[in-house]
Amino acid sequence: MKVVGKPLPKVDAAPKVTGRAVYADDMLPARTLHCKILRSPHPHARIVSIDTSAARRIPGVLAVITGSDLPVKFGILPVTQDERALEHEKARYVGDPIVAIAATDEEIAAAACDAVAVEYEVLEPVMSIDAALATPKDERIQDYGGPNNVHKFVALEFGDVEGGFARADHVREDVFFYQGNTHLPMEQHSAIATYVDGRVTLWSSTQVVHYVHRALSRVLELPMHRIRVIGAAHGGGFGGKTDPFAHEIIVAKLAMITGRPVKCTLTREEVFYAHRGRHPVLMWVRTGVTHDGRITAMHFRTALDGGAYGSYGVASTFYTGALQPVTYDIPAYRFEGCRVFTNKPPCGPKRGHGTPQPRFGLELHLEKIARDLGLDPVDMKRRNYVKPNTRTVNWLRVTSCGLEECTQRVLEASGFKTRERRPGRGMGFAISSYLSGAGTAIYWNDMPHSEVQIKVDRGGVTAYCGAMDIGQGSDSVLATVVAEELGLQPSDVRLVTADTDTTPIDLGSYSSRVTFMAGNAALEAARKMRELLVQAVAGAGKRYEEVSFEEASVLAEARFGTLTTAGSYTPPKIAGPYKGSGVGPSPAYSYSACVVDLDADARTGLIKVNKVWIAHDVGRAINPLLVEGQVEGSVYMGLGEALMEEQVFRKGLHKWPSMLEYKSPTFLDMPEVETFIVETDDPEGPYGAKEAGQGPLLPVPPAVSAAVYDALGVWIDEVPVTPEKVVEALRRKDKGETPRYGPQRFPAIPYPETIKVDGPVGHQDGTC
Amino acid sequence: MKEEILRDVERAVLTLNVNGEPAQLLVPVHKTLLEVLREDMQLTGTKHGCELGECGTCTVLIDGKPHLSCLVLPIQVEGRAITTVEGMASGSDLDPLQTAFAEIGAAQCGYCTPGILLSARSLLEENPRPSRGEIKEALAGNLCRCTGYTKIVEAIELAAGRMA
Amino acid sequence: MLRLPRFKYLRPRSAREAAGMAAEKGARAMFVAGGTDLYPKLKRRQFEVDTLIGLDFLGHDIRNGSTECVIDAGVTLSAASRDSHLKGGFGGYAEAAGLVSSPPLRNAGTIGGNLCVDTRCNYYDMTYEWRKAAGFCMKKDGDICLVAPSSPRCWAVSSSDTAPMAIALGGVVTLVGLDGERELPVSALYRDDGIEYMAKRPDEVVTSLRLRAEPGLRSAYVKLRRRGSIDFPIAGAAVAARMEGDTIAACRIVLSAVASYPLDAEAACTFLKGRRLDRETVQEAAELAAKPAKPLDNADLSHFWRKRMVRVVVEQALERLSDQPGGFDS
Ligand SMILES: Cc1cc2nc3c(=O)[nH]c(=O)nc-3n(C[C@H](O)[C@H](O)[C@H](O)COP(=O)(O)OP(=O)(O)OC[C@H]3O[C@@H](n4cnc5c(N)ncnc54)[C@H](O)[C@@H]3O)c2cc1C
Ligand code: SF4
Ligand code: FES
Ligand code: FES
Repeated sequence: MKVVGKPLPKVDAAPKVTGRAVYADDMLPARTLHCKILRSPHPHARIVSIDTSAARRIPGVLAVITGSDLPVKFGILPVTQDERALEHEKARYVGDPIVAIAATDEEIAAAACDAVAVEYEVLEPVMSIDAALATPKDERIQDYGGPNNVHKFVALEFGDVEGGFARADHVREDVFFYQGNTHLPMEQHSAIATYVDGRVTLWSSTQVVHYVHRALSRVLELPMHRIRVIGAAHGGGFGGKTDPFAHEIIVAKLAMITGRPVKCTLTREEVFYAHRGRHPVLMWVRTGVTHDGRITAMHFRTALDGGAYGSYGVASTFYTGALQPVTYDIPAYRFEGCRVFTNKPPCGPKRGHGTPQPRFGLELHLEKIARDLGLDPVDMKRRNYVKPNTRTVNWLRVTSCGLEECTQRVLEASGFKTRERRPGRGMGFAISSYLSGAGTAIYWNDMPHSEVQIKVDRGGVTAYCGAMDIGQGSDSVLATVVAEELGLQPSDVRLVTADTDTTPIDLGSYSSRVTFMAGNAALEAARKMRELLVQAVAGAGKRYEEVSFEEASVLAEARFGTLTTAGSYTPPKIAGPYKGSGVGPSPAYSYSACVVDLDADARTGLIKVNKVWIAHDVGRAINPLLVEGQVEGSVYMGLGEALMEEQVFRKGLHKWPSMLEYKSPTFLDMPEVETFIVETDDPEGPYGAKEAGQGPLLPVPPAVSAAVYDALGVWIDEVPVTPEKVVEALRRKDKGETPRYGPQRFPAIPYPETIKVDGPVGHQDGTC
Repeated sequence: MKEEILRDVERAVLTLNVNGEPAQLLVPVHKTLLEVLREDMQLTGTKHGCELGECGTCTVLIDGKPHLSCLVLPIQVEGRAITTVEGMASGSDLDPLQTAFAEIGAAQCGYCTPGILLSARSLLEENPRPSRGEIKEALAGNLCRCTGYTKIVEAIELAAGRMA
Repeated sequence: MLRLPRFKYLRPRSAREAAGMAAEKGARAMFVAGGTDLYPKLKRRQFEVDTLIGLDFLGHDIRNGSTECVIDAGVTLSAASRDSHLKGGFGGYAEAAGLVSSPPLRNAGTIGGNLCVDTRCNYYDMTYEWRKAAGFCMKKDGDICLVAPSSPRCWAVSSSDTAPMAIALGGVVTLVGLDGERELPVSALYRDDGIEYMAKRPDEVVTSLRLRAEPGLRSAYVKLRRRGSIDFPIAGAAVAARMEGDTIAACRIVLSAVASYPLDAEAACTFLKGRRLDRETVQEAAELAAKPAKPLDNADLSHFWRKRMVRVVVEQALERLSDQPGGFDS
């Protein structure tokens, strides 16, 4: 192949290194108004009245809106349409938007917000999982869901779980906690809207142009063809810009009212309130194993602290139980999940969506089981690895699987097995897997998930696709695929992307779906185009390879007229035969293995990570530079979560919504990372490719914690692994108590009766 | 908070030297250099992530040294040489750092990139062959959420090697 | 975008003129040097002023004499951290300056500003909107302390890195006020109060810091923070000692970020006098030094752990002394 697999620069590199790329906040059309949002200062309160009259009188204020101007509810999932752009009945977290103001400058808008008088009837806030499970003192946060403040239950059982435990030689239970954290993209969310000739145009820093389009249509009560959404240059998402957001709807509404461009850029503090980050998850896991460490059955329970609204929460809940069997062959599996509402900013999808938390618990749990049995943890894990081309007990179809090769690569490179033993130094190992795109769309439909059009004319080739490049390089992947098929360089391909007026649909940059799905759509479109070109050139008695692209396109246009082709991708229907089977299936899974080497100081608890080795099965690296970049970035984020990042609350409000106090690792906190790309050539991925953007984050936190155990002999069963927790665990160890820091118990949760599902016949032997 | 908006705004006529060009401006004194560059001069290559001195995204060079433009008043830097990312290239030739960043994928979303490029430029001017440790020290005020810094360090080494 | 409030910017040409302006404007005006502490706080509306008095006239020199080193208040932290005289004679001071926040911040922040930096608290260093939601505290707009609600005073934390070091080195500042110039030991510049944390008069400008050179003088600063950069100290130890051979003739240990002022660890110094810096001595001294530190739950990480860490940073700083060559100009 000519360009696939080559470390070529990204096609959008030049605008980014010159400062020319236009991010949403960089736009300032003439007569732009600036919008500020007044937010609730109470975590839980009924709104008694809103008086905006003083704000309206301030010179320079052009529009003031409240919830009654935007009453229609929305939400990313069809089952949880529970958000309003502005709330006028009830505030559910500190930061909930109440009033929006457009003014001639930002200072005036801010002053006008301060002049609004809102009368609240303060309600008892619910700030923890335990509190959410109990009877609410005043009233529940949302008026739907399970008992008390339960939002969602999931209870599924695959195969003969009871029999599996009965067969086990050893059974162990553990409890783990994964603290919530946030995406912290460097770019604060920003959106700007215009209203011209009865049409709304919105430029936004979003990962999901299409879902924003739908939400705008719903809330503004305008048909979709009267709304255009354009993805501006994107300053980082990681899942944090994957919901339709209040400010996007608000600027559109304010533009409609004022007839002028309206912009809203969130402050850093507001970004913490927009959130949709990692759910705090409490986990309980019980596993049965044979003497030699083969898993016979597993029972996994999770409790997710969801924050005040649904967001992706239903999916997140399923994800906390879905992927355990994708790395380990679990013959019988029971999963019970529960998401609760609390008076905090809503949680949602962050890199790895719902799976880093159970991965942390699962990897450490298996480490402990191995030690119970006197087995080497790595060997025991390997004994249970899934095999390629199998179906898991929960019906997930595994195709290519490079788990074993990934493991070998990191063990070898790190010298894990022969590591030097000295107090305070440790190494930890962990593995993971992630989806290459969710197999089902967010709203039920039978249409393709991604579509690409290609146009060839006298000027060259242009590809059109709704995909949104959020820095991960999806534009480069599109250009590379088209270039490869047509015999060009990626830089020869012009791209039009992420614009609902001019590009065909792509569902968005989430669930690591773009390379796989848009890549496949591009492949189809490009192959069709190549076919036309080849035919036309052959008609002139030549071979495509012998003529210039220009000549080929002239011949083809002369013969066929306008040259356009289209391709699309719809994931195969591979979900299992049970309710809830829509979350988890993916056309392919990536695999990673990781070793972390660190020093942990017994006196201070301070941890210094020396090096991380990580191998990632990406199927095929369409551009190895981009893959490495995704892997390195994932390791970075995984280390941040493992060691310092946490979204914590105190007295009902976010403890530290700032970049100074929310700790994001600096250059000096980042160790060397050695990345190995493993290629397994997936049968359904474009050129064999799978995902790389999320999976490599997952093994990092458990590997860190395992390394701390290796170094000091104490288990830190929750993230972040902070020095104070290490010191406390060591104190307990010295006192002869369990050498561990972590949650003591899992609450009693009234899970409903499990839905029993038979596993697929012959799963794991490749016959299904 | 409430009454401040009603106060008079004191304005200053300033001549700023930005990227080697003099610019005459009439700006309220309380507007930061970041705001003036982006909003009054349309030099939007300079980004912002916190406006509180905590992230380094807004870094520009003042007399060749990195400064946080969100914490600088234009009135305090009149007459000094201000360099933004727009001033890095000479004509259409990119700075070797820009080329290296583009080549090896050191800019993912690209949002931290202008600030990091400028910090790196200042470093290389002072120390043309920095060690890895020196690169990390010099850039420790610039956060990036995408890259894990690995490719950034490599790109700076690559550029340094080429410039030597 | 978080923006500054509106203000007038005055540009005095001398410290005397600046003092006059400050006296005239009173509480509605503040001095500004590098602005790296003041501007974020103004953006968060932690001060209400309508006038800033620019200290751009302050000198930028480091003058090294045979018995002392005089650092102009306008010297930036990065210049101080790289200065060869300071690195040679007052290593701990250069170190402390070089550990403040991050490189671009140090290019603007001044040593004078660092001596006057506001005390910190994570209930206070927050935006107006956040503080409004949390309930205002007595340091700004409110009347109780949110960290210690029964306390009549504010416990905001002195978070300067260089102030403890300047005290340990016996530094003296020159102040210029309405009534003229005076000198004050840095140790007398602070008060044990989170709100009125400075003992100088509000109209007085710090114009320079003078450090006295002594033969056999060694110094070291150890700072604890979560990340390798950007963060304020959550504990720190500044140690200066005059060595005679390998025994300590005189020493001073000052702690950062464990009280509302740089905390002098006198008991430890009395103990160390005349002793050699062996392992046990260092440990015992550190134990003594840590005793008066009372961190509260208003900075990063838990105060229990921070308290525990005070001993560690003092030990580390003392250990650094013992493997350092001493002496001015050496
Ligand atoms: C993200 C961030 C991290 C930081 N980290 C640290 C840290 O780790 N350690 C640390 O010590 N500091 C830290 N700081 C605080 C601050 O940047 C430094 O203390 C810096 O040295 C302040 O100097 P300046 O010249 O910028 O002061 P300014 O902001 O100009 O002034 C600070 C205060 O001192 C007064 N003042 C300034 N100069 C004089 C003078 N000559 N005479 C009288 N009064 C004066 C001002 O009126 C103001 O009240 C940090 C700040 C930020 C934003
Ligand atoms: S210590 Fe108490 S009074 Fe002082 S700033 Fe903090 S909360 Fe406010
Ligand atoms: S914008 Fe974050 S430091 Fe200036
Ligand atoms: S490239 Fe996205 S923040 Fe650095």
